[in-house]
Amino acid sequence: MNILLLAIGAALVNNVILSQFLGLCPFLGVSKSVNTATGMGMAVIFVMTIASAATSIIYYGILQRLGLEYLNTIVFILVIAALVQFVEMFLKKNMKSLYESLGVYLPLITTNCAVLGIAISNVQEGYTIFQSIVNGFGSAVGFTIAIVILAGIREKLEYSPIPESFKGTPIVLITSGLMAIAFFGFSGLI
Amino acid sequence: MNKCTERLYNGIVKENPTFVQMLGMCPTLAVTSAAINGAGMGLATTCILVMSNLVISILRKVIPDKVRIPSFIVIIASFVTIIQFLMQAYLPSLNASLGIYIPLIVVNCIILGRAESYASKNKPLPSIFDGLGMGLGFTIGLTVIGAFRELIGKGCVFGYQVLGEGNILQGKQGVLKGIGDVFGLYTPITIFVLAPGAFFVLAFLVAFINKRNAKKLAASKDSVQVSCKPEACAGCANIMCAGKKLEKSPISEVNDVESNDKKSNEENKER
Repeated sequence: MNILLLAIGAALVNNVILSQFLGLCPFLGVSKSVNTATGMGMAVIFVMTIASAATSIIYYGILQRLGLEYLNTIVFILVIAALVQFVEMFLKKNMKSLYESLGVYLPLITTNCAVLGIAISNVQEGYTIFQSIVNGFGSAVGFTIAIVILAGIREKLEYSPIPESFKGTPIVLITSGLMAIAFFGFSGLI
Repeated sequence: MNKCTERLYNGIVKENPTFVQMLGMCPTLAVTSAAINGAGMGLATTCILVMSNLVISILRKVIPDKVRIPSFIVIIASFVTIIQFLMQAYLPSLNASLGIYIPLIVVNCIILGRAESYASKNKPLPSIFDGLGMGLGFTIGLTVIGAFRELIGKGCVFGYQVLGEGNILQGKQGVLKGIGDVFGLYTPITIFVLAPGAFFVLAFLVAFINKRNAKKLAASKDSVQVSCKPEACAGCANIMCAGKKLEKSPISEVNDVESNDKKSNEENKER
């Protein structure tokens, strides 16, 4: 039951983009159409779940045993960068179809601060390895929900008369602000 | 020495990371709920930027070109860890309010961007001043946005109540009290210190910058030089350049995504 609460909390209540502002770059950049947004969302779910597992295993298995907890920032960013490379190579070799659909988004995820942010907050909150995986998965689902909704709205915005200086990023930010207000509605869930 | 002051001016005014380059938007949105948080975040970033620029500039001939990005990241991450410890020890309350965003300075586009585009090509002293200029520019940007959000959302600036019921002027005598009473009529719009307010403030800021750029473009007639360097961090800078003139991106992946976007947009239109 607690696990369910954790997942729902990560996905809806503390939405990784709309309340924590992590991973804004892909959120604003890859949300022009629902198809690409879904692709990006799937890639983030995939990488973030694996990264949460890997970083918390390394933290509890290696860093904590050796008393090197303070190295977590350095270790995590290297682990995530290496992991993304590795996942990309693995998919390219063994799962061609999945690679073709996620391929272009994978390198973009390395610089996504959401992955590092979730890995660090897993450790700071003192989640166990299983809880970290659930939190990582939930947050990534939250990211996907937000980016797909935004992409849906943006496709409609293409045909709206928007003031000249608000075209592009500003109107997307205003849309996100309104979505953030809407997501406040979920705060009663837990 | 002249070059150093030029670097300072360049960072604070000409290529201000917040108002001109629009880099490092995640911390800009996340920590500007109060002016003091913005200033703290900006100063922490400045320290890291100065030190990483110095070290990267000293090591610029030692680091092989192929592994430069990972090396830069390790150097930056080390300084981030140092700053994190210093803040835990000496500024625990600021550390608590900035929380997870301190370790996330590692992935801040500004720092890697400066390492890549300036420190790895120049001598140590100008690099230090380049870092200092950029860092102070970022600090000013965050503090101004933070002060604005705090003023609208809470009626405070740096924790002092200036607008709304019970502001500091109301405790004074005579004319000051009158002014305080007028200011007291203001009702704070709480949403501005919450998450959605950050999006709205940034939206208006970007709209303002777009408008200014459009004016410049109209005035000069030839293409305006906007510093959109897509290599700064795989897409961050790129995105903020939406609607502006883009230099050609060396990162093919980013182009792929964009062309994919265009393709699927066209497909949608056909449907």
